[in-house]
Amino acid sequence: MSTTPANLKYTKSHEWIRRESDGTLTVGITDHAQELMGDLVYVELPEAGRRVTAGKECAVVESVKAASDVYAPVSGEIAAVNTALADSPETINKDAYGDGWMFKIRPADPAEFDALLDAGAYDAQVASEKH
Amino acid sequence: MPFIPHTEADIEAMLAAIGVARIDDLFQEIPERLRSGKLAHVPPALNEMEVGRLMQERAAQDGLYLTFIGAGAYEHHIPAAVWEIATRGEFYSAYTPYQAEASQGTLQLLYEYQTMMASLTGMDVSNASLYEGASGLAEAVLMAVRAHKKARRVLMPRTVHPLYRRVVHAIVKNQNIELVEAGYSGSEGHTVRASLDHFARDDLAALVIPQPNFFGVLEDVDELTDWAHAHDLLAIALVNPTSLGLLKPPGEWGARGADIAVGEGQPLGAPLSSGGPYFGFLACKEPFVRQMPGRVVGRTVDVDGKPGFTLTLQAREQHIRRSKATSNICTNQGLVVTAAAIYLSLLGPEGLERVARTCHANTNALIARLTSVNGVRRAFDRPVFHEAVLKLDAPVRKTLRALEADGILGGFDLTEHYPELGEALLVCATETRTAEDIERYGRQLERVLGQGAPSRARTV
Repeated sequence: MSTTPANLKYTKSHEWIRRESDGTLTVGITDHAQELMGDLVYVELPEAGRRVTAGKECAVVESVKAASDVYAPVSGEIAAVNTALADSPETINKDAYGDGWMFKIRPADPAEFDALLDAGAYDAQVASEKH
Repeated sequence: MPFIPHTEADIEAMLAAIGVARIDDLFQEIPERLRSGKLAHVPPALNEMEVGRLMQERAAQDGLYLTFIGAGAYEHHIPAAVWEIATRGEFYSAYTPYQAEASQGTLQLLYEYQTMMASLTGMDVSNASLYEGASGLAEAVLMAVRAHKKARRVLMPRTVHPLYRRVVHAIVKNQNIELVEAGYSGSEGHTVRASLDHFARDDLAALVIPQPNFFGVLEDVDELTDWAHAHDLLAIALVNPTSLGLLKPPGEWGARGADIAVGEGQPLGAPLSSGGPYFGFLACKEPFVRQMPGRVVGRTVDVDGKPGFTLTLQAREQHIRRSKATSNICTNQGLVVTAAAIYLSLLGPEGLERVARTCHANTNALIARLTSVNGVRRAFDRPVFHEAVLKLDAPVRKTLRALEADGILGGFDLTEHYPELGEALLVCATETRTAEDIERYGRQLERVLGQGAPSRARTV
């Protein structure tokens, strides 16, 4: 039974994206991704104001057994980062789609958001990775 | 007897299992032109007796001299217990354990070593060591650039060991990291803070601060550290570990302390032995720990609550982070570090301070004796730790050669690396040099410079 929220967009590299009313996009990693990583011990976030390119790495999550890059789902500028994660990276394990958000992007081209995966397509992709 | 356990039959069975006819077929994807073929320049194999003989002859080339050379490697007294313990079977491996947690003794030793180095440098965390000082400095530079994120230029004073500067350049140049050279005071031999201001507008990630610097001179480490931080640079302390028995640790330099401390570990229990093996140490403040290369041993408890040791923060290492690892260093100089941990345990803070004080006193005595010789004077008017630059009226190279013929290695010739200093010589006296040694050097120098007794007879 999928718990992938239907109101979010997704990437193949396991980021979720939510469009906010001010036009920025909030980004985090999916519940499936945090489960694969295990207990997170460290999150490296981009600096606010940094320009990021769609598909290029812009953050790192590190668990006791692995480290993984987090990719910018769209191009744009980092508008805000979740600084609370520095002291409590485990928030991502507990609440990947809520308090575990990582950063907000002000997109260069709002249309890029629409091209991202929806929940159904993301679930299909996760299912295909299991085989 | 070959030390390869597979028989021909084993090899054929394995090839058959994966459907390959010959071992060479495994390398098909490598183009012919990239294969080296036979190793043409490898000499014929030697047996154990021949290798032993060769090594003895090589060792004899070093000779038995009274040495006054420092310049990065120092002759210190090593208590006999150090290598007696370090070469016990339980410790006798130069390599990091692959099944680390199965080697609790080794891990505990590395943990103790890290604790000692963190304490000595005043830093929060030390790694389990690097190869040696020069490549250690390169790792510190790479680490600072990663941590800074925005700039890729590093301010490298000319008072840093010239060979270290070359090694760092060789390692970082292809990563688009530029080393910017900062000059020094011609009269005092130190890096002048005010002279750095015109670099401030450049995009700089870090300032390297050597203490003591290559000339033996003490830098204004507090001022330099604060200058670095005021201009959004990291401060990298390049330190001599013996000097830390006496001098302020890098973690306490300036208002906030240096961010990274690095150096050559040889003075802590490793013999000169023709230049190696030595080890590098590297320690840092906690915010930079994930950018630190090398392995880190941590202390923890097992499921039963019993204390134990483990390799920690491995996610930043190459077997997990692959090409994005903090460096390709996964090993350390285990055996030499073992010796260092035993050396520091035997000396303790008080013993290390006594060694440092004696080095300093002997060097001052050496400077006083040698500058009493006509045509010999100090190059720089500033306090030193255990080395100093002397200027001669005679050619340094010829003078050193004449001293060597008398069994004395009189110092490090600076004319190649610092031509601007003229006929200059770097001298050192550690705690192993006695008053008689210093007097012998003084008299021989007088004789070589044509002032002493004309006799060629040894005076000691």
